[in-house]
Amino acid sequence: MEEQIFFELNSVYRDNMRIKGYTFGSGEKSACIVGATRGNEVQQVYICSRLINILGQLEQQNKIKDGKSVTVVPCVNSHSMNIGKRFWSTDNTDINRMFPGYDLGETTQRIAAGVFKNVSNYKFGIQFTSFYMQGSFIPHVRMMKTGFEDIELAKDFGLPYVFRREARPYDTTTLNYNWQIWETKAFSVYTNATDSIDTNSAAEAVNAVLSFLNKQGIIDYNCHEGYISKFIDGQELVNVKTLTAGFFIRYAQVNARVKKGDLLAVIADPYTGEVTDRITSPTNGIVFFHADQPVIYSHTPLYRIIPTDDLI
Amino acid sequence: MVQTIASVGLPIDEMLMIQKNRLIPQSGLSGNEKRISIVTGTHGDELEGQYVCYELQRRIKENEECLTGIVDVYPSLNPLGIDSITRGMPGFDLDMNRLFPGSENGSMPEYIASQIINDLSGSAAVIDIHASNIFLEEIPQVRINELSQDTLVPLAKLLNVDYIWIHSSATVLESTLAYSLNIIGTPTLVVEMGVGMRITKKYGDQLVDGIFALMKELGIWSGEVPTPKTPIISEDGEVSFINARKSGVFVPSVEHWKNVKKGDHIGDILNPLTGEIHQKITSETDGIVFTLREYPIVSEGSLIARILA
Ligand SMILES: [Zn+2]
Repeated sequence: MEEQIFFELNSVYRDNMRIKGYTFGSGEKSACIVGATRGNEVQQVYICSRLINILGQLEQQNKIKDGKSVTVVPCVNSHSMNIGKRFWSTDNTDINRMFPGYDLGETTQRIAAGVFKNVSNYKFGIQFTSFYMQGSFIPHVRMMKTGFEDIELAKDFGLPYVFRREARPYDTTTLNYNWQIWETKAFSVYTNATDSIDTNSAAEAVNAVLSFLNKQGIIDYNCHEGYISKFIDGQELVNVKTLTAGFFIRYAQVNARVKKGDLLAVIADPYTGEVTDRITSPTNGIVFFHADQPVIYSHTPLYRIIPTDDLI
Repeated sequence: MVQTIASVGLPIDEMLMIQKNRLIPQSGLSGNEKRISIVTGTHGDELEGQYVCYELQRRIKENEECLTGIVDVYPSLNPLGIDSITRGMPGFDLDMNRLFPGSENGSMPEYIASQIINDLSGSAAVIDIHASNIFLEEIPQVRINELSQDTLVPLAKLLNVDYIWIHSSATVLESTLAYSLNIIGTPTLVVEMGVGMRITKKYGDQLVDGIFALMKELGIWSGEVPTPKTPIISEDGEVSFINARKSGVFVPSVEHWKNVKKGDHIGDILNPLTGEIHQKITSETDGIVFTLREYPIVSEGSLIARILA
């Protein structure tokens, strides 16, 4: 294992911020794994720490294949994480909206440039990231429709789903998008937690990455290969939202099989407890995402459901 | 007449409302009047537009008989942000100016964005007033995407600003209010002036003069208007950026909107702990300082100044 400082930001009032990379094996730049770009992505750092630990053991057992190397960058935003902020500590910009970066630009552009210089030119890029809305997902590999995405390869993670969505204008500045533009095959892995540690979910993510690296011939790792992933396109999902605000009392959880008409949740008046909206499923299907705030605004998307034919 | 153009329920006994005030001619509407829309407050920490909204209406009301079209004034597209001194949309940590054109069926911020676009579309002109941020002070200027310069530059010249910056297009900017409106044929001018969290009355008065000149041109105002000043017009290539190479405390030694020569001292980045100068900043070009760092604490990379050659 080689520990390197990929980027160091000088500071007058606090310790410098060091972005570290841990490399295993040598030779071809086979795979790069990036954890937290935002200060609340604690689970993402935790998953990376597990991977660094296990890859270190594999390296000692000579199980990193000859001529292959894997680099893990657990956190690119420790300054925000250390003060409990999601975005950049001074100007609140999002490092994951600054790629490929600019080394003569603003602070977060320089951070992104410093990171990108070190994480690009790999064959595969894997990022653990979080969703902009608070909520829970079925674990999945997420990709953007860029023309470069490789769905079949994404199934090698063995997570239950491979999900593809349309790219929006502001996605062009994410790490994932820029990896793809610069010919790295890029995948975002979503698991359950963000600002807390879920060890089971982390173990699933670690296993998915190791299984993927094994299938690409980068490491030698005998493990359970997970699921035969199902591909879903963003437009196939059925969105369920409410026009009412108040308490969000949830009955259907992630991964639940639901029938058309099943009660998913209720919205209740925060003072009188009166039920102001009953949220029912518009289709037979499986709950892919649900919001998990205790109170919600009106117009909040509450559920995303994968429609299925099964008659249960 | 105050109208609510979008309203959304918040969880605990509160409605979020996006409101506008509509001023119409004393004689009523014939249906053929043109409309100008003044919008601001997308970024909750930018307040320069608040004074403009007030002052414009005050002056219209003083000579109401001269109003021959419709004036819609939207002081706060992000009312929760202004009220809580938050730049983005509180609760979502989202920059509202990256959500347009929004979507009727999307999340709450996307829904609001779509209602804003619906209401503004069809205006003869929209003026979207920004105030930089808390870090930088800007001279009154209009920023125009090169894709829409043919339509917008003639309108921008009437706005009585000092400077028009024609910038190159970038995909990420396609989610702004201005881009989304320009693309559907509603001419929208982005004004940047002053500094965040403050009101610079002089700049506000200057822009209001310009809005009257534009209203006159559009047939919305029949009264006398001042002759707008002739702005400097430039493209990206003529702008040079000075970013901090070191972290520390920036103390300027030039004034905003003043000429500098190559080699002139712009300011210093100091270390208050050791009493040393971390970086002595000099200009690399002859030009005029149109953006100047206002907030003293800087990190490596922080923008110090923009100089127009
Ligand atoms: Zn702004």
